[in-house]
Amino acid sequence: MAELQRARMLIDLQNVTKVYSMGEVDVAALNGVNLSIRDGELISIMGPSGSGKSTLMNVIGCLDVPTSGRYVLEEQEVGSLRDNRLAEIRNRKIGFVFQTYNLLPRLTALANVQLPMLYGNGNNAKERALDALDRVGLADRASHRPAELSGGQQQRVGIARALAKQPSLLLADEPTGNLDSGSSEEILTILKGLNRDEGITVIIVTHEADIASQTHRIISMRDGVVVNDKNVVADQGGSE
Amino acid sequence: MSPLTVLITALSSLGSNKLRTGLALLGIVIGVAAVISTMAIGRGAQEVITSRIQSLGTNLLFVRPESTGQNTPSTLTLEDASALLDPVFSPSVAAVAPELSTFVRLVAGRENTFSQVVGVTPEYQFVRDYPVSSGQFISAVHVQNVSEVAVLGSQIAETLFGFRNPVGQNFRVNGRQFIVIGVLESKGGTSLGNLDNQVLVPITTVYYRLDSERMSTGDVTVQTINAQIRSLDEMDSSIQEIATVLRLRHRLSGDDDFTITSQQETIETLEETTQTFVIFLAAIAGISLLVGGIGIMNIMMVSVTERTREIGVRKAMGAKHRDILYQFVSEATLLSLGGGIVGAVLGVAVAMALDGRSLGGQTFQTGVSGDITLLAVTVAAVIGLFFGIYPAARAAALHPIDALRYE
Ligand SMILES: Nc1ncnc2c1ncn2[C@@H]1O[C@H](COP(=O)(O)OP(=O)(O)O)[C@@H](O)[C@H]1O
Ligand SMILES: [Mg+2]
Repeated sequence: MAELQRARMLIDLQNVTKVYSMGEVDVAALNGVNLSIRDGELISIMGPSGSGKSTLMNVIGCLDVPTSGRYVLEEQEVGSLRDNRLAEIRNRKIGFVFQTYNLLPRLTALANVQLPMLYGNGNNAKERALDALDRVGLADRASHRPAELSGGQQQRVGIARALAKQPSLLLADEPTGNLDSGSSEEILTILKGLNRDEGITVIIVTHEADIASQTHRIISMRDGVVVNDKNVVADQGGSE
Repeated sequence: MSPLTVLITALSSLGSNKLRTGLALLGIVIGVAAVISTMAIGRGAQEVITSRIQSLGTNLLFVRPESTGQNTPSTLTLEDASALLDPVFSPSVAAVAPELSTFVRLVAGRENTFSQVVGVTPEYQFVRDYPVSSGQFISAVHVQNVSEVAVLGSQIAETLFGFRNPVGQNFRVNGRQFIVIGVLESKGGTSLGNLDNQVLVPITTVYYRLDSERMSTGDVTVQTINAQIRSLDEMDSSIQEIATVLRLRHRLSGDDDFTITSQQETIETLEETTQTFVIFLAAIAGISLLVGGIGIMNIMMVSVTERTREIGVRKAMGAKHRDILYQFVSEATLLSLGGGIVGAVLGVAVAMALDGRSLGGQTFQTGVSGDITLLAVTVAAVIGLFFGIYPAARAAALHPIDALRYE
């Protein structure tokens, strides 16, 4: 923990709001979020449905910009950036893991993992993709299409895809939401391993308390604001 | 994204929905094939016409009476024709062949048909290049004696007499008995009419025996004087000479009562006419190409909607606006380029298959042109590019979140 305190600041959100206008009415999905995250943290975000968890993940992941407030990612103010710069940041720094996997159905597992490398550094794309598949234990499924894989395997391909570009930040929005408990456990183990062994900052949105309890910090949200933010006392492997 | 990856991505996504890709191709394939084959047919027809007319000899001038109105008798006579041979006033005229034609009823045995008879002089054979394949041509004596003799085109000879040798046979022309003295070599059909269906008789015979309208002066009138000139280079001066002779003979001071046209002009006029026709056909074919382009746009719009989530995923992975734009534009262009190439192959195949076939008495001759083929394929690709831009721009403009949330 002490080590973490000294790690540099990765994410800093100050009074961030996100307002969606639905015709006449405006919906404030984020209503003044203040949050700091250091490099190498393993965090879970909890909260009821509609509390703004996904919106927060989208803002952090540079898929969307805040309506107001300040968002600094690795010393760079994101709010004022243009779409193409945001795309570059997503490509270089951020890996997404989706609840519904979002693999392209007509591509093989390998081609899916290579996808982010089409839009950035494409050197040794195949080797890096194979290596990423190997790290999630799917080296032997490289030529399979998503339809030929189980849900858990598809999600591991999704993680490999997020991983292959060596991101500094991995965002997983309900990554186990569609999985049985066995597969969920596998996925969580992989995500924890990436955080522990490679120092990747991992943020997991989850509804399940036992998943949250395995992370180092639990952020609770309600109605677009952070209502609770607590560090989990190291009960298992929390001390490196 | 490198151009190669763009290409591979586009190809693989086209390959993943083969039925749709095929359907999208179809419009362009048909359009391009239509353009290429119509142009080939048009070009072939033009070549046929030009070569046929040229085979008649380009150093021909046609002198015709100026039609001042209906039912006015012709102003040109046999005497006018002979006068053009004057070595002093019109030295550049090598030969003249006056003609006078009319429509008649022909009866031979049980065969009964209407046909054009052309009254000619012996010179016609050489000036218009009509060699006989059997028997003899009309002679000066026949013309002088107003003989009821005929030389038949090969086709009409077969119609009237079947496989019998026509030479020496009798047949009736408007009820008068004529004897066949010769048969012409086959010339084949042209768009000007089938020359093998002609019946040639002495010009005097047409005038005195078959034509109903006669001039009171007693001179034999003619419809056309074919004048062969010695050299093409002297075309203009030849026209001047002929005009001068005729003006003197007709004692004209004002407007001419005749016109002189050259073979060359006839070719040019006909070429212009066929050209216009071909362009008209090609324009229709071009419209089908355009419709093909709209078909591609349609398919691309569907494809963009269907792949909204894919676009969202790609954007989340760092695809920029232009990456998505290029992806869809290149798909549309590849589609239309592929369609263009398939269409070109099809069009050339159709043109080659039609070459030498006859349809309704006309023999197709087609001339496939590399330029037109290349142009059609290029236009197809450009059309795909053009019609691909809008759907691609729609795809590229999608917001990543909206695209990812799309069900
Ligand atoms: N693109 C959008 N347009 C309009 N409203 C949205 C949009 N995204 C989210 N919202 C609204 O914002 C609120 C927070 O949504 P979300 O962040 O998805 O919540 P959670 O992930 O915690 O369930 C909800 O009320 C939702 O309806
Ligand atoms: Mg959510």
